Amino acid sequence: MPEKLMSMRDAIAAHVHDGDSVAIEGFTACICFAAAHEIIRQARRDLTLCRMTPDLIYDQMIAAGCARKMVFSYLGNPGVGSLHCVRRAVEKDVPGPLELEEYSHFGMVGRYLAGAYHLPFFPLRSYSGSDLPAVNPRIRSVDSPYGDETIAVVPPLNPDVAILHAQRADTEGNTQLWGLLGVQKEVAFAARHVIVVVEEIVETDIIRSDPNRTVIPSLLVDALVREPYGTHPSYVQGYYDRDNTFYLAWDEISRDEAATQAWLDEWVYGVPDRAAYLEKLGPETWERLAPGEAMAASVNYGAYQ
Amino acid sequence: MTHCTPSEMMIVAAARALAGVRTVFVGVGLPNSACNLARRTVAPHLELIYESGVYGAQPARLPLSIGDPTLISGATSVCSMADLFGLYLQGGRVEVAFLGGAQIDRFGNLNTTVIGDWQQPKVRLPGSGGACEIAINAQQIFVIMRLKRRAFVDQLHFLTSPGHLGGGGERAVLRLPGSGPQLVVTDKCVFRFDEATGEMVLHSLHPGVELAEVQEAVGWELKIAPHLGETESPTDEDLRLLREELDPQGLYR
Repeated sequence: MPEKLMSMRDAIAAHVHDGDSVAIEGFTACICFAAAHEIIRQARRDLTLCRMTPDLIYDQMIAAGCARKMVFSYLGNPGVGSLHCVRRAVEKDVPGPLELEEYSHFGMVGRYLAGAYHLPFFPLRSYSGSDLPAVNPRIRSVDSPYGDETIAVVPPLNPDVAILHAQRADTEGNTQLWGLLGVQKEVAFAARHVIVVVEEIVETDIIRSDPNRTVIPSLLVDALVREPYGTHPSYVQGYYDRDNTFYLAWDEISRDEAATQAWLDEWVYGVPDRAAYLEKLGPETWERLAPGEAMAASVNYGAYQ
Repeated sequence: MTHCTPSEMMIVAAARALAGVRTVFVGVGLPNSACNLARRTVAPHLELIYESGVYGAQPARLPLSIGDPTLISGATSVCSMADLFGLYLQGGRVEVAFLGGAQIDRFGNLNTTVIGDWQQPKVRLPGSGGACEIAINAQQIFVIMRLKRRAFVDQLHFLTSPGHLGGGGERAVLRLPGSGPQLVVTDKCVFRFDEATGEMVLHSLHPGVELAEVQEAVGWELKIAPHLGETESPTDEDLRLLREELDPQGLYR
């Protein structure tokens, strides 16, 4: 089997191409900013960015001119306010126009599920009475073949590439995730190619000691990248907290187009890779964001010989 | 009673409405404080559910977002978003859900999508998130919003999340599983909804608020309950819990 473990630079170069549909998922937690910054540095263009909550990560990619279109369900800086770069693109076409394809959360979850299950659509109890179907013709409805009911449906979403961050994997890419699970598993099964990014590479024995925690099997993984602190300013459960001061700071920076570009110059284009970004942040960041300890009790799977 | 802020009044009024409730779908900010206060007072068995996939959260600090890691540690269960929306919400396990928005109309329909036209918006708002399916599937919806003329409008610019739609039982015609909005808590008053027409009715004024203030802030001809009451003030214990234990930094005061 080809070696999967590689640098972020090589993983993005190999698997993310101009015009691709890209899903960097992770609901509040495990948002892989390290991958987004590398995509910006490699100047990918015309991407269709898929993500339930575009968050700061797509705000930055849109400001950098990577995207043509966005497929999403909630456009906010979580707990803070607006995504100003997305709003500039939508309201003023700055730095360029951005096409929107808008769903609700369950609609996005359903799209990934249909994609992962190889189904033509996913039915859900949503959208009835809402104006969303009027602005998104891909939200449709079907008559139930088992009664007189009509139900909303959404089409499958199979991104060209999914980029998913987690706590740990073995060198084959068998990946364990805990805390918020988001749609990481569904996206991994739906995507044509998967890049997994982890905080730690561990021995296979550790993965196999707790198989219930393995969310993404090696089978799905094309590239594996070890990138500690790779989700900053997002967080990884048990490893570091969200850097809320940055989420607040971005609210200020991103209001101004020039300040946004200056930030990208300094923190994305101005560093060659994630290691340099971490060095620039300094060790006090990690002291500030270190959580206390809350260990799970271990369980006995049993040895059946 | 000790003097309380408008936010504290909103939190306490919402918390009291949760008496006896078992499961509540929470957002950050005032609803989070209301649910935590309810758990300490009128609803000790309340399970807090967050759309991020957390069931039975017992946050050790005030969560800064619905995905805050403090919601995970010590929770009853953490599941995928597919399970959260499919099994918990659509499965009918959510008794009460809190929603808000930039605009609400007399039937409790909510706009969180755009001000202006969707194609060329004047202001692009966050969008639905889970609100559309929450509004449809939760057994009851409680709304928390500050009372302002630009928010309580005659015509929404966009209907993101259905309330009672056009009123008069339209939800039942569309077979929406939940019963829709039952309560709107504002900084001035509490509204409930007329069962037959589905229209918002002024139910009580907060202490010291004049009826005219409310009328001026609502963009339609306001219906008033025949026995308009005064919202019950927070107790000293409510305020002590809020100020000393639930939100000592006063983030949502």
